[in-house]
Amino acid sequence: MNLEEKISPIVKQLAPSGIRRFFDLVNTKPDAISLGVGEPDFTTPWHIREACVDALERGMTSYTSNQGMPELLEKISQYLSDRFSLAYDGQSEILVTFGASEAIDIALRTLITHGDEVLIPEPCYVSYTSCVQLAGGKAIAIPTSSQNGFKLRAEDLEKAISPRSKVLILCYPNNPTGAIMRKEDWEPIAQVIKKHDLLVISDEIYAELTYRGHHFSLASLPGMKEHVILISGFSKAFAMTGWRIGYVAAPEILLQAMLKIHQYTALCAPITSQIAAFEALKNGLSECEAMVSQYDRRRRFVVKAFQEIGLTCHEPQGAFYVFPSIQPLGMDAHTFAEELIQEESVAVVPGDVFGPSGKGHIRCSYATSLDRLDEALRRIERFVKKKRKNILLSSIS
Amino acid sequence: MADPLRLEILSLLEENARLTAEQIAHMLDLSKENVEQIIKELQDEGIILKYGASIHWRKAGKRRVNALIDVKVTPQHGYGFDTVARRIYLFPEVQSVYLMSGAYDLSVALEVDTMEEVGRFVEKLASFDFVVSTTTHFVLKKYKEDGIILDEPDKDRRLVISP
Repeated sequence: MNLEEKISPIVKQLAPSGIRRFFDLVNTKPDAISLGVGEPDFTTPWHIREACVDALERGMTSYTSNQGMPELLEKISQYLSDRFSLAYDGQSEILVTFGASEAIDIALRTLITHGDEVLIPEPCYVSYTSCVQLAGGKAIAIPTSSQNGFKLRAEDLEKAISPRSKVLILCYPNNPTGAIMRKEDWEPIAQVIKKHDLLVISDEIYAELTYRGHHFSLASLPGMKEHVILISGFSKAFAMTGWRIGYVAAPEILLQAMLKIHQYTALCAPITSQIAAFEALKNGLSECEAMVSQYDRRRRFVVKAFQEIGLTCHEPQGAFYVFPSIQPLGMDAHTFAEELIQEESVAVVPGDVFGPSGKGHIRCSYATSLDRLDEALRRIERFVKKKRKNILLSSIS
Repeated sequence: MADPLRLEILSLLEENARLTAEQIAHMLDLSKENVEQIIKELQDEGIILKYGASIHWRKAGKRRVNALIDVKVTPQHGYGFDTVARRIYLFPEVQSVYLMSGAYDLSVALEVDTMEEVGRFVEKLASFDFVVSTTTHFVLKKYKEDGIILDEPDKDRRLVISP
């Protein structure tokens, strides 16, 4: 039996993750300093872990309601209101999911039918395009560039729209660029969204990691709530990646439709993680704030270091990534990353892993201690100097 | 009101005293000279007391004896807690002295090389007129000191590359 032939053509056509291939290479260098990690270096704060341990000891091991524990839903509703001026009803407009990842999948499957176009500003997180394809849709990239700080501009959005455009996936603060959108950046975008009746899947997983100012949620603009499916989670803000716990908030009709998929495919998010998430929102915001101020220090340190190395780097104002350009070195990002890991044992992620408009850039995560960042940047500096010298020598000879 | 910039520099140095003025300047978006000036002020004002390393002595093969002594005292006229404490904290083997609320007055932490030395120190203490009683507790094992968990290496368990 040819098993290969049995695999659905939709799955066959999915591109293998570019990160995966690079991951194998990095694994041959166990002592490498990694700036390739897309998760916090902090461990989940102890009181959150302790709440989970306590719940396990008390025997909290059952299913919960499909939608999530009522007290957690209520807490999320209150949190969204307090932090981002958003009004979502805990009983009917919020659903607890297996991380933001499940939320993205069920949101797309709820909205997309065969041939629908989904617009995605690029560079972007690696899962969106594949999730669109799995839902039967067609992903249309909207390139953004460092000249505009990797923000989405209304004219670029307008240009990408066709009669089949249905959904726009947004992720600000952005992985991999660290770009954010302020209120004034959103206003013209909101006009285009209204004009074309687009639905937005807004992945705001990095919302708390916004520096010098507060995150502004698109759904809080007048008239925008009915256009937006808001997705977030606990991974980045509370250092809870491995707990796989997130949520989606949307107008009731859409939320109830997503709930149908969730109840048949996931049943409910793990009760242990839901208990931990409740504790995070109840007592964890000050720790979140402390982690954000640490990221901010590192961010300033890293941006300055890249400027001194001479690699242009727009200032990221969110998430924990910098996305410097390596174009002056005349090498592509994959070669850069591969030679850097081999010669200096520092891992970074080539920018085109996040789509063609990321080419010529590398993504460096600063979710790593300052000591290690300092050492990594020294090594990158030495590496870049060597490459520059080579360019110079080859131009002379 | 404490200056937030000074507090930020202090917390950076508390975490890692080896940061250079230049590195701190990068992190806080200041000039190197500015940071040097602030650090000098903090030293001059006695806010930064010293720059040291946190050392796991047992792992380094050095065995030390730690004891905590609860001391009850009777302050006398013109001879208050501060004077009593001073008589005790000037001994170099004394690591810390705290005035406490509750069942006793002074908490004295001692670090020496042998148990005999603890005995000699307690004897000396008990002979002071102002000391009413002492209770000595030996430390059997240290789990966490100065905010650092001793025998749990700070290991990065994350995947090297993740999206």
